[in-house]
Amino acid sequence: MKRHIISLLMENEAGALSNVSALFSARGFNIESLCVAPTDDPSLSRMTLVTTCSETVFEQITKQLNKLIDVVKLMDLSEGDHIEREMMLIKVRAEKEMREEIKRLAEIFRGKIIDVSDNSYVIEMTGDTDKLDAFVHVIPEDHVIEVVRTGVSGIARGVKSLTL
Amino acid sequence: MELSGAEIVVQALKDEGVEIIFGYPGGSVLHIYDALFQQDDIHHVLVRHEQGATHAADGYARSTGKPGVVLVTSGPGATNAITGIATAHLDSIPMVVLTGQVPSALIGTDAFQEVDTTGISRPCSKHTFLVKRVEDLAETMRKAFYIATTGRPGPVVVDIPKDITDPTVKIPYEYPRNLKMRSYSPVKKGHLGQIKKAVELIYNAKRPIIYSGGGVVIDNASGSLIDLARELGIPVTSTLMGLGAYPASDSQFLGMLGMHGNYEANMAMHEADVLIAIGARFDDRVTGHIAHFCPQAKIIHIDIDPSSISKNVRVDIPIVGSVKDVLNDMLRIIRESGREIDNDGLTSWWERIEAWRGLGCLCYEQSDEVIKPQFAIETLYKVTGGDLYLTSDVGQHQMFAAQFYKFDKPRRWINSGGLGTMGFGLPAAMGVQMAHPDKPVACVTGEASILMCIQELATCKQHGLPIKIMLMNNGYMGMVRQWQEMFYEGRYSHSYVDALPDFVELTKSFGHVGMRVTKPSDLEAAMQEAFDRKDELVFLDIVIDPTENVYPMIKAGKGHHEMAMSPALKQGDQR
Repeated sequence: MKRHIISLLMENEAGALSNVSALFSARGFNIESLCVAPTDDPSLSRMTLVTTCSETVFEQITKQLNKLIDVVKLMDLSEGDHIEREMMLIKVRAEKEMREEIKRLAEIFRGKIIDVSDNSYVIEMTGDTDKLDAFVHVIPEDHVIEVVRTGVSGIARGVKSLTL
Repeated sequence: MELSGAEIVVQALKDEGVEIIFGYPGGSVLHIYDALFQQDDIHHVLVRHEQGATHAADGYARSTGKPGVVLVTSGPGATNAITGIATAHLDSIPMVVLTGQVPSALIGTDAFQEVDTTGISRPCSKHTFLVKRVEDLAETMRKAFYIATTGRPGPVVVDIPKDITDPTVKIPYEYPRNLKMRSYSPVKKGHLGQIKKAVELIYNAKRPIIYSGGGVVIDNASGSLIDLARELGIPVTSTLMGLGAYPASDSQFLGMLGMHGNYEANMAMHEADVLIAIGARFDDRVTGHIAHFCPQAKIIHIDIDPSSISKNVRVDIPIVGSVKDVLNDMLRIIRESGREIDNDGLTSWWERIEAWRGLGCLCYEQSDEVIKPQFAIETLYKVTGGDLYLTSDVGQHQMFAAQFYKFDKPRRWINSGGLGTMGFGLPAAMGVQMAHPDKPVACVTGEASILMCIQELATCKQHGLPIKIMLMNNGYMGMVRQWQEMFYEGRYSHSYVDALPDFVELTKSFGHVGMRVTKPSDLEAAMQEAFDRKDELVFLDIVIDPTENVYPMIKAGKGHHEMAMSPALKQGDQR
């Protein structure tokens, strides 16, 4: 079993996203996160998809994705050097002595406090999945109010790219 | 030219060269039906149930290679069509299904006869479109036909909201003939390097076999397959879907393989050292238990669909491309090389195969009292001289037909192999007969299957379709009964169809000819009479042995070499 990050370009059309997600459920493929938005070319959407599976299953996933009419192109980012990032907005209870403690933790993790109330912070943080997981773990559980994550997005290092 | 959306639909069909469509009107498609009414180029066949429309279009497509076209309304019209769409999808049949949809403004409001057609059809079609603007309609129609007929073919659904076909809104029309899609460009030519590697492997093979599938029929590659097999002198077996692509009466043909395949075909698969899979997809009904599948063979797999390759079975030399192109490239390389195939090796391989063939695995116990289903198919072959379009429903009769009718030409054997849809046979035969009005068309069926689409007898009457229905009436869902006998200790749970209608009278009430035959000695004459009545639909109720089972058989968890043989074979002959 290996974790794969698939970056794919697809037609920015109604139903395209459903085609991809329906494929995963129909064929029993596992999907960990899925992140999608239009690209600089508004007719195209980019999707970044994380899945953990065997090599045989991964071969089927890429073949089946390529077979979808709306999918233009795809690559396996995890095959080469790449950068992956995820953004998290985390709302935490911040009262009394914890106000300072949480602010310090956020700084250590290079997070930004973007909303402050009498008893809470919203912290914005980007990083790979492990880093965000680590931050959530260092905040005492009863202080975490809400966690909102985008799912992984990624890009290959160097000149390698997934473009038309 | 300025046209309304409804007129664009009809004009686009004409521009695609469509001559026949199968459909059923309803609220959301009334504008389109009105446009159809005002022209004579496209012939509309009114079915009696939308499932019948899809199967008829499917039969039309399978027997011609041209895409089948369906027109149905929204809601129940679309849901009734789903079984037929899924049937075509699993067998890779080119089809364009036009469904009406409630007006755009009502989508999502649970309007009358509203259903999420693209959502329901997505997992069982090649692609779906929901038309959002009338300006997109012509291009969407073109895309639908292009996608349905190229690459690995399949059904494409075009969902058209009623307001898109508004007859009062006219827009300029031009059909986009030269369509290019950046996200869809199916390959055609196979990789030459891979083809050369495959040829090398074949030259070094001692026990090669060709395993040919429905892809050979779909790609009209029958001629290329025959040339290659004859050039190499090697045995050919076929899947249920591929029957007819290689002539069944040829000595190099080992018959069908798989669960109810021939002993010699399955044994040859088990012993082969090189397997050449052509347009086949290693379906579970073909492979038996995967762990026992072709244990000694290096596998070459030629297929247009990359996702079919190494899906169920790992292959050694994958070749993605049009089956016909790849086979022709192979032939060219072989002929240009001038190398001789190792005939000595092949001779001993053929000797082994002939020994397996000598067992006569399809033997059955003939009877003077009761008609055996095998005998019925043999008689059908004799009466029709092998020149027949034969559609089938699903069950024992389907397997008997596949085993005993020798198809020598492709596109003559029309059956639901992948989805196994009961009710397919009669409507499919309508599509075939519409496409080939002067050719004999028969439907072999069972009393359970035929009742699933029996209403189409009315369509046959309206359109004068002289189909010959060969009902193998054993009073059981035969295949279900067989499994219950073998695997459920004879507990025949709900497989007995009591309260059957009198099929002869039923057929007559639809205005056709109904006949019943119960004695083996009367069968040939009855069939002959049925085919002699060239302009009439004849429903022949053939009362057969209720307890006959389909043999040979690979039972669950077994390999090709572990077939259960017919009790009719002498005990000593069984392995």
